[in-house]
Amino acid sequence: MRWLLLKDLQIMRRSPLLTVLLIAYPIVIAVLIGFALSRGPDKPRVAFLNEVPPDSPLSVGGEDFDLAGARSELCERIECVPVSSEEEARQKVESGDVLGALILPADLIDKLQTLAGLDPESPTVKILVNEEDPIKAGLVDDRISALLAAANLRISQEVSDVSTSYLNILLNGGDFSFLGDDGFNVLGLRKSEQILRGVRRQLPPDSPDLDALDSVIRFSHLASENLGVAGQLLSSVSQPIKVDKEVVSGDTPSLDTFAIAVAATITLMFVTVLLVAGSLALEREENAFARLTRSLVSKSALLCEKILLGVVVSLVVTLLMLAGLGLFVDLDWGRFGLWIPAILAGGAGFAAFGAAIGGAAKEVRAASLLAFMISLPVAFLSLIPSGTVAPGLYDAIGVVTALFPFDPALRALTGALDAGGPAIGIAIVHLVILVVAYGALARLAVRRFA
Amino acid sequence: MTASPPAPEAPAAAIEARGLTKRFGDRVALADVGFAAAPGELLAVIGPNGAGKTTLLSLLAGIREPDAGEIHLPRGEVGFVPQQAALYRRLTVAENLRLFARLERVDDVEGTVERMLGQTGLGERRDDQAGTLSGGNQQRINIAIGLLSSPAVLLLDEPSTGLDPRQRGRLWEFVLALAGRGTTVIFTTHDISEAERYAERVLVLADGQGLFDGTIGELHAAAPAGGAESSDFESAFVRFLAERGH
Ligand SMILES: Nc1ncnc2c1ncn2[C@@H]1O[C@H](COP(=O)(O)OP(=O)(O)O)[C@@H](O)[C@H]1O
Ligand SMILES: [Mg+2]
Repeated sequence: MRWLLLKDLQIMRRSPLLTVLLIAYPIVIAVLIGFALSRGPDKPRVAFLNEVPPDSPLSVGGEDFDLAGARSELCERIECVPVSSEEEARQKVESGDVLGALILPADLIDKLQTLAGLDPESPTVKILVNEEDPIKAGLVDDRISALLAAANLRISQEVSDVSTSYLNILLNGGDFSFLGDDGFNVLGLRKSEQILRGVRRQLPPDSPDLDALDSVIRFSHLASENLGVAGQLLSSVSQPIKVDKEVVSGDTPSLDTFAIAVAATITLMFVTVLLVAGSLALEREENAFARLTRSLVSKSALLCEKILLGVVVSLVVTLLMLAGLGLFVDLDWGRFGLWIPAILAGGAGFAAFGAAIGGAAKEVRAASLLAFMISLPVAFLSLIPSGTVAPGLYDAIGVVTALFPFDPALRALTGALDAGGPAIGIAIVHLVILVVAYGALARLAVRRFA
Repeated sequence: MTASPPAPEAPAAAIEARGLTKRFGDRVALADVGFAAAPGELLAVIGPNGAGKTTLLSLLAGIREPDAGEIHLPRGEVGFVPQQAALYRRLTVAENLRLFARLERVDDVEGTVERMLGQTGLGERRDDQAGTLSGGNQQRINIAIGLLSSPAVLLLDEPSTGLDPRQRGRLWEFVLALAGRGTTVIFTTHDISEAERYAERVLVLADGQGLFDGTIGELHAAAPAGGAESSDFESAFVRFLAERGH
């Protein structure tokens, strides 16, 4: 087996085209992806129109809402292009100069103010999106939605704070000011109850007002108890689910990790599948298969050698590629211990798959063609995100892609590169199952060889 | 002919086959063929294309399992040389020999490689990639690889196909020297004149049937007489086949 492996490496070294491909390909991919990533994802250009009068202060429940801060926060995540009218915004979106426009209408502040009042009206912002580039449009949509969700959360928090403070005044009494009016003093339910009880004590026992007073005392007692609970209720509604956010891996956005994992998996796939399929087919093309398997090595051992060849070469090439990428982006080298099993398992999966293809094809060219024709569509299918196709179709795609090593290899690599990725263990088990299955298929295929 | 009776020199036979039968689906590629060959004997298996020559050799070599019949190899291993050169064109001559010597687990790898380079006369081209060699030289390495395990019996499938006359001459020189050193050589060919020139005995196959097993002279005698202009072996052979319905 050792000598066969050595022989295959020797043959590889003497095949200039193959070597160039195997070394140049991952480097080119690494440089391209690295360049794209290090430039950072282009901030989408979004036209920004603020029709809110500049001197209108936004205060909710006495606290100033920091509109300028919200604006600069927004413009950090997207490139804000200031426009002076909705017409101009519309033009820019239509011409493709910007991907979308965000318009804050003049009555935004007024409506925001009403939220804390007795007659609330929903404030509305307007978004214009250019759907010509659906992927980027989706990106803008997503970012604006995320920003609005955050804003909504903040506003509802403030509204509930205000409501709670109203409740407190109602319960315990205090100064109450409404929309800048001069404040007036409110007595509060609890104090009312106390006063009423004092009054009751002074009434003669046969007073005709006693019954009426008792029912008022009961009411204020019940009301103060129940409104006390309402305050807690209100604050829980304003933030229905508590988010416990934990930042685990510094500042690497997971999009980068995913892009790196895709690049690594595609490299792993092409290098391994082409090499193993080609190398097995070469044994037939050189007529050496019958000679080897007659008495020198068993067919299973020969297959194992090919898979081992694929795993060894793909490990080297993928690590080379990741090292190349490391020049452009921050890789978490602390997770190196997980990269290795992920690459090994992925490499073995692709190698077994390549062996099955090499077993089915008679010559190297046919094997390469077959490898390309099957691998590429499967890789594309595996990259289809959920929600972009009908659910039934998506499930069908899931079944198909689970039969090929690309999807589990991508999951293993993403999981290995990023703590936020999928579970690497499950992906590796998946790959091991595929190695066994494709190994068996390859073994069946070479039975017909001789 | 069906299974030939064991020759008188049977105990000394290097290879002996009886009742070999091989089917591919419905097609019978080989039907009840038997023969024996002595050490140092040169036996030609001749017959038209599709007669079952390659199938017979692959059974003897152990590449395929026969559906019926048995093979005796009292003196050990057989070496098999496929029709197309089975070697790695991107490896050098020496690397090819070394690889297969290692896989054969020969004791003295380098010594064996040197010996084979000597026997093939390709010592000067040892560091050339096999793919750059002529067909004749590739065939010599192909045979040398078959000889690495020092087999008692060497099976050659159409060894001279695709070679020019000069290459053929040198190839046969090499094979005859082997037989001279005691290796039993069984080769297939559809070139009758080659069998006539080099083989001591011929085994005639047609449609999977063993039709004849004997010397060239005996085959001549068995063929019906032709005209004066067709007294050569080739036409005698064709008449022989025609008479038996092939
Ligand atoms: N692998 C195979 N599958 C099916 N039929 C085969 C196979 N190998 C050979 N045959 C058939 O067996 C017969 C004998 O073939 P072969 O031994 O190659 O003939 P020869 O070498 O004498 O030309 C032919 O009819 C051929 O078509
Ligand atoms: Mg043949």
